[in-house]
Amino acid sequence: MTIAEIQARVKEVGARKVVEEAITRARADAKHAVLEVIETRALKRADEVDAKLQKGENAGRLAGVPFLAKDNILTFDSKTTASSHMLENFEAPYQATVIEKLEAEGAICVGKTNLDAFAHGGSTENSYFGPTKNTYDDERVAGGSSGGSAVAVATGIVPFALGSDTGGSIRQPASYNGVVGLKPTYGSVSRYGVVAMASSTDVVGPITTSVEDARLVLDVIKGVDERDGTTIEIEPLLSTDKKLKIGVIRQCFGEGVDESVVRTTNETIEKLKAAGHTVDEVDLPTFRHALAVYYIVVPAELTSNLARYDGIKYGTQKDGADLTTVYEASRSAGFMDENKRRILIGNYVLSSGYYDAYYRKAQTVRTLIINEFNKAFSEHDILLSPTAPTPAFKLGENTGDPLQMYLADMMTVPASLAGVSAISVPAGTTETGLPVGVQLIAPMRQDSVVLSAAQQLEALC
Amino acid sequence: MSDQPTASRQKYIPTIGIECHVQLKTKTKLFSGANNDAREAEPNTTVSPICFGLPGTLPVLNKEAVRLAVRAGLALGASINRVSRFERKHYFYPDLPKGYQISQLAEPTVGPGVVTIRLGDGSEKSVRIHHAHIEEDAGKLTHPSGADYSLVDLNRAGTPLIEIVSEPDMHSSEEAKVYAQELYLLMTYAGVTHGDLYHGNMRFDVNVSVAKEGEPLGTRTETKNLNSFKAVERAVEFEIARQTKLLEKGEKIVQETRGWNEDRQQTFSQRSKENAHDYRYFPDADLPPIYLDDAFVDEVRSELPALPGVYRAAFKELGLDGSVVQSLLARRTYADMILDLQQVHGKQTATRAAHWLSSVVSDEVLVDTSSLTTETLAELSAMVEVNELSSTAAKEVLVEVVEHGGSPRAIAEQKNLLQVSDEGAVASVVDEVLANPANAKAVSDVKAGNDKVIGFLVGQVMKKSAGKANPALTQKIIREKLI
Repeated sequence: MTIAEIQARVKEVGARKVVEEAITRARADAKHAVLEVIETRALKRADEVDAKLQKGENAGRLAGVPFLAKDNILTFDSKTTASSHMLENFEAPYQATVIEKLEAEGAICVGKTNLDAFAHGGSTENSYFGPTKNTYDDERVAGGSSGGSAVAVATGIVPFALGSDTGGSIRQPASYNGVVGLKPTYGSVSRYGVVAMASSTDVVGPITTSVEDARLVLDVIKGVDERDGTTIEIEPLLSTDKKLKIGVIRQCFGEGVDESVVRTTNETIEKLKAAGHTVDEVDLPTFRHALAVYYIVVPAELTSNLARYDGIKYGTQKDGADLTTVYEASRSAGFMDENKRRILIGNYVLSSGYYDAYYRKAQTVRTLIINEFNKAFSEHDILLSPTAPTPAFKLGENTGDPLQMYLADMMTVPASLAGVSAISVPAGTTETGLPVGVQLIAPMRQDSVVLSAAQQLEALC
Repeated sequence: MSDQPTASRQKYIPTIGIECHVQLKTKTKLFSGANNDAREAEPNTTVSPICFGLPGTLPVLNKEAVRLAVRAGLALGASINRVSRFERKHYFYPDLPKGYQISQLAEPTVGPGVVTIRLGDGSEKSVRIHHAHIEEDAGKLTHPSGADYSLVDLNRAGTPLIEIVSEPDMHSSEEAKVYAQELYLLMTYAGVTHGDLYHGNMRFDVNVSVAKEGEPLGTRTETKNLNSFKAVERAVEFEIARQTKLLEKGEKIVQETRGWNEDRQQTFSQRSKENAHDYRYFPDADLPPIYLDDAFVDEVRSELPALPGVYRAAFKELGLDGSVVQSLLARRTYADMILDLQQVHGKQTATRAAHWLSSVVSDEVLVDTSSLTTETLAELSAMVEVNELSSTAAKEVLVEVVEHGGSPRAIAEQKNLLQVSDEGAVASVVDEVLANPANAKAVSDVKAGNDKVIGFLVGQVMKKSAGKANPALTQKIIREKLI
């Protein structure tokens, strides 16, 4: 279901009917993609859109289009839980900038989607409310952490959903569920009102069924926000069909990469060549070190960002004899095992005596990764890799093995650390019918290049 | 005391460094649009989602705070770093809503500087500033007595501060106190803070160690959150004595954070080094670096108000005592009025007014002097100049004008303080005094050429006229009559 199709339906039956239909689909969700339906506010807003349309007024570029937001994005008239026990009953007193921007263009938020608690994970199995199932196989994971958003779009509940991507959390579940997932340039979309994971890589982006829709949603949510000091303007999102110089990242193949993924990627490369694009291999020697860097830098940042959840002001509070006990009991109860694992790693790498060996070293390697990307972009318009080393794995397959779970991020974290624009486009399927995505990466601010390349690739697949 | 030989005490040299927190007087907080003036506000009313550390909130830097920090740096004679960055300092406490304080560590906005202090013996001394960094204040915690809970007020959370860190250049409690006073003058004159000590606008942490001369620095203690100059002086004194006593007994100093008990005038142990926080500082990715260019720094420099040094240079011409100058500087409105008088009415008027004001300042006769104007002072001075008022009477008139209003002349008349300069009127009092048999000896002494005794006779005339006779005129008439 594309945004254009929904817009046609709005024209036909009105926004209220379209929103009611989306809410009905959300309530019938069999995959546990949706955590909560927003009905009262959604219908009120739908009526407002209808009133405008009837009067012939401009109701916005997304008038009456229902969407879902990952439940780490603050919305009115719902809880914002981050899929955690800590925020199980948290109702936000303000809305995220991205939601405000979408509402200003007439889009209507009809609910919230499942994620790994506080976005820590790559399967949505770390949700306090239970996992989301893969669109194509109930025994397999949705991917994550934006698993609920990817499945909600793939199963046709809504034409688009918002996700957040810190190390692959939009792209990897998009790949696992056969939809488009865009991680825009770091800073291109406001993070205000998004439960923070890692401040230096978090970015909000759309999950859609088409590249065109991803472009439209990004165009609405992007831009400098005075409430987020890290926001920047990106280049205008113009579409071109210019032939591209594409670099395939050599380090993406080899150990740990599934044969079906290699095959699909190679087929994609052949299609691109046949369509007249120049494709060659490019070396990013530190590409595979990115995962190690990521699992130092990101835990450091997230341990800091989670320090506010202390049971004092809001969120889960457990009583104790003294202040320390209140902290310990509240945080022990409120966080999941994976949250605690990352908090421990983060505190360790920042602690006095270990900072230089871990955090500082990781930042140095991060600079190397950025330099390698810059060098590669001096000779290529776009870089290409698989989105994930494997198709969706089985539920429970990796839950006992965090390192194996982290490997699912290995293709996506380099772009996150570099802040560049990246997208996952459905490229094919395995023999058993599981989707496989291909990732395209363009320099910072050049989201238009990534989208144009993705659109050309989409037409070939 | 007698069994504590002074000689052994003198063997220990104290070394003192001071960290001073200054609240900047911005309209809004350091990272949010919430009102920064919470002095009269109900708890938790000058707050926003950012002050509460709600999920999803982000800090956005208040540019005015940077401007004031730069201004403070210039007042400290410090270099201004063209690139500075924010870092996060982590610890858990209910008054710290995010679980970290946004501060600066490796790259502060204000670099090294120097502050000159003036001691009681007239000597000057330089105290080097290591750096000054920008950071946010925490909220306030109160513990109602008898209650099994504490109350959190986040009004102050996010108030912009600069922390001025000195080098350990001070070696006595007097130096510490005078340094604190000088920082207060610099920061209030520079206009970066309201300087309301009662409300904690400036707070001092003193680091004190003692060691024998020629030996490496001793183990230091840090006594935190002192909010008066007197407390700074007393806390340093107490620590020097406490540490010296321990060392003399052969004991070791524990590196620790101490608090100040105002009632008992003692420091007390709060937290030892073993229990010290590991703050896990690291760069705050939510805030881009602060880039300052020369044009901005020059602009701030051009806006810098007159600092105490400007006043001190001007007052030098008046030949005022150091203590008079300090007491004038302590109330800037006074210093401004004297500077004004000096420029408009000349040195003599300014000097006279300076002495009046410094004595009323030190006597603390006048609490609210907001009604006092340079016109009043100039008028009073003119009356003294033409012998209409004695110096003493002028002070009395001044107090009355400030406390109840009115013109100096009207008050002087009403209080019957105007000097009698009518020659005939004074002469008749002189005649009475000279005719008094009790003064016969003095009269004959003066006639015999003992000039010194004239003063006695003048005093008698003054007494008789209830202080109103113009003393110079009186003397002139006595001379004419006797010599």
